[in-house]
Amino acid sequence: MSAISSAVGQPARALALKDADWVRLALIGISLATIGLFLVLPLATVLINAFSKGWTAYSTSLHHPDALAAMRLTLLTAAITVPLTTVFGVSAAWAIARFEFRGKSLLITLIDLPFSVSPVIAGLIYVLIFGSQGWLGPLLAEHNIKIIFAVPGIVLATLFVTFPFVARELIPLMQEIGHEEEEAALSLGASGWQTFFKITLPNIKWGLLYGVLLCNARAMGEFGAVSVVSGHIRGLTNTLPLHVEVSYNEYDFVGAFASASILAGLAIVTLIFKTLLEWKQNEERKKAKE
Amino acid sequence: MSITLQNISKQFGDFKALDNINLDIPEGELVALLGPSGCGKTTLLRIIAGLEQADQGEVYLKGDNVTQQPVKNRQIGFVFQHYALFRHMTVFDNIAFGLRVKSHRDRPSEAIIRKKVHDLLNLVQLDWLHDRFPDQLSGGQRQRIALARALAVEPSVLLLDEPFGALDASVRKDLRLWLRHLHHELNVTSIFVTHDQEEAMEVSSQIVVLNHGKIEQKGTPSEIYDHPASDFVSRFIGQTNVFKLDEEEHFWLKQSGVIVDESQGIVAHVRPHNIGIEKPVDQAKAPVYLKDWQHLGGTIRLELNRDGANGSGATIYAEMPNEQFRELALQKGDRVALRIKHAHWFN
Amino acid sequence: MPQSHIMPGFRPALGFTLLYLTLIVLIPLSALLLKSLNLSPEQYWGILTNKRVIASFQVSFGAALIAAAVAAALGFVIAWTLVRYPFPGKKLFDALIDLPFALPTAVAGIVLATIYEPKGWIGKWVIEATGVQIAFKPLGIVFALIFIGLPFVVRTVEPVLQEFDLAMEEAAASLGASRWQAFIKVIFPNILPATITGFALAFARGVGEYGSVIFIAGNMPYISEVVPLLIITKLEQYDYAGATAIGLTMLVISFLLLLLINSLQWWVRRRSGQL
Repeated sequence: MSAISSAVGQPARALALKDADWVRLALIGISLATIGLFLVLPLATVLINAFSKGWTAYSTSLHHPDALAAMRLTLLTAAITVPLTTVFGVSAAWAIARFEFRGKSLLITLIDLPFSVSPVIAGLIYVLIFGSQGWLGPLLAEHNIKIIFAVPGIVLATLFVTFPFVARELIPLMQEIGHEEEEAALSLGASGWQTFFKITLPNIKWGLLYGVLLCNARAMGEFGAVSVVSGHIRGLTNTLPLHVEVSYNEYDFVGAFASASILAGLAIVTLIFKTLLEWKQNEERKKAKE
Repeated sequence: MSITLQNISKQFGDFKALDNINLDIPEGELVALLGPSGCGKTTLLRIIAGLEQADQGEVYLKGDNVTQQPVKNRQIGFVFQHYALFRHMTVFDNIAFGLRVKSHRDRPSEAIIRKKVHDLLNLVQLDWLHDRFPDQLSGGQRQRIALARALAVEPSVLLLDEPFGALDASVRKDLRLWLRHLHHELNVTSIFVTHDQEEAMEVSSQIVVLNHGKIEQKGTPSEIYDHPASDFVSRFIGQTNVFKLDEEEHFWLKQSGVIVDESQGIVAHVRPHNIGIEKPVDQAKAPVYLKDWQHLGGTIRLELNRDGANGSGATIYAEMPNEQFRELALQKGDRVALRIKHAHWFN
Repeated sequence: MPQSHIMPGFRPALGFTLLYLTLIVLIPLSALLLKSLNLSPEQYWGILTNKRVIASFQVSFGAALIAAAVAAALGFVIAWTLVRYPFPGKKLFDALIDLPFALPTAVAGIVLATIYEPKGWIGKWVIEATGVQIAFKPLGIVFALIFIGLPFVVRTVEPVLQEFDLAMEEAAASLGASRWQAFIKVIFPNILPATITGFALAFARGVGEYGSVIFIAGNMPYISEVVPLLIITKLEQYDYAGATAIGLTMLVISFLLLLLINSLQWWVRRRSGQL
């Protein structure tokens, strides 16, 4: 009578599937201990250390010019990379989910590739192109253009590591939704852009937002790739995560954890929005099924 | 093995799935639990199996109280609605599963297991599929493998949850007869759940009609059809014409030969084949005219309309053998008189 | 999916996709490949067989392997608990699982180092109880990689457990299987592919991980120096050849892991009847 039990919102825990109490308690215990030790405790640690010398020390270290510069650079990087990655993600999803062409599965694999590449390598490849000993190094030096150890390098490395975030969210979503509605719109005389903005976009908006959210978190939080290309110049090429590293290595723990608390706050906000978006998407999916 | 249920009740949240069910099923019967969706029939089956615990009441198998026994100790075979074949095992391993999980002491040797599985596969006529995986089978094949798997542990009760629900109409027809014959052969007490009255009539030796968590009636297919115990059963089993006994109906039902006796009830149910058709002496006085008719094979179904009557209750259905229809030589629009041979009365 | 002829925008969409892919991913990656062609096979081999390089590969792969295995076991238990058992605060814990995805690795790094260092909350307690030091040892790397790997396992196992047909378990029980037999013979074989996929994802991520590791690792050459750190060290010493050779090796390995993971995921989907 699964239909009935789900109708009253209470999955009938059938007898045959009941685990012994001690098994259940032991497994819940292991889970909570792991979650506590690896997830809850670290989060608490950030806050406790950030405020270990009180509110004033916390506030002062966040108002330090280097910290402010790092925040500005982090916001700038995200402001450039997130829109670019989003436009790329939408166009890739449109091409892949709406058309058949040769080499499609290879294209999907290549889009996923940056996920599995170590962030350090993501930085390294740009050094090999734009660095002083790289391909374009001499040419850039001649024209006095700095990419490595400067903001453009940081943006490029961030573009690389965030590359798949929006596309891989949208491709399966658009494939699942199908193209009947879009065809209907086109058959009713809508233009391509009208179809996209009036039909496609409303259908994918939550998935798109989800991808953008994760992309933004990664863009603001990226460390390894940015660390390779940044040069760690205080006030100039340190993003917030790099500022955390520099402060920590100089034993300025309050400063390191104060900046870390900003980033942890970002992570928590991301998680909250992510959870909300997942509920939203589930609801829409349920509605679509009915 | 006989099955006895005493005062079984089960509630899901605010929803009363089963309300004080008492039922006796003698050894060797093939029983259909019949009812509309949501009537509690699957819940009842799962309680008998031990897959669900009743809030109150007792389950007896062969006189033993098994209410507190887990499913694995009840010696039942359960065939799931969507078969629940183990996807990662071959057909052979699926059927052998119940034998292989027995404790060391009771487990038969591999050679015996192999023989038994092949015997079962032969019984369900699918031995050639033994090394396939469930994904590679058709719906009807999966159904029969699920049955073979349930039979492997030599259950004393076989429980089937909507055994034909997920199958094509043509496959369903074949499997119904096959199940009935198999039951004759094995003679194991069996209960199956269905919402299809035709299926229940065709396959079972006993039908239990459930509605809103209560047993409406229990009996052989003939008893249920010929003597429906309630308004609900009469409507649910077979087609029926429903006449409400207000003034107008009173008059013309009398005219049509139904003896109207208020003490019997206020609603009359008349099966289509219990309505006889006669050419009237006086055309003008005949109460109904032939609106349309359909050929159903051995019988003809007539759609009759009454003058002046409108609304859904206005059409009356009657059935008669082909030959009789030919003899009457009726045309659409002809006026006819009715002779109601038998009616069931309800309040 | 049928080919759609009336859908507009194929050329511009695919064109932009390929252009952007080429600029951001393909050209930079091929730069690594071309740069390595400047090296003779002997030079390449010489760099890779350097003792410090070999040691760093052993550290990275060893730690990633152990951490992925631990994360697979713990992640399986967590996924099971989250899907099967009701307990208070479950939704909150479920949302928290993704923390390692959302928390910048540098933050994770300094936090884990602070907790597990010999004077840290847990580190102190562990060292007193067992004499084992976690941070600034290879064990510290394993701890950081467990943190990083956990959500990969939980998030691959969870949906498969949710989709798992409970009737299969009931069928096992109705055929006389004990709860343990049902788990070993019916549930586990069906969840195993997803668990292996989660393990592979955690392993692939762990091999290349940098940010969360370097603060807790101690970074002692030959002992607790991971490959990504060695690449950065080489770059800082302007040893581009060394960095290129090691980087290319890592890239090839991650590409192979990606192919492995893709086929694993294909296998999981086929097993769960989605293909």
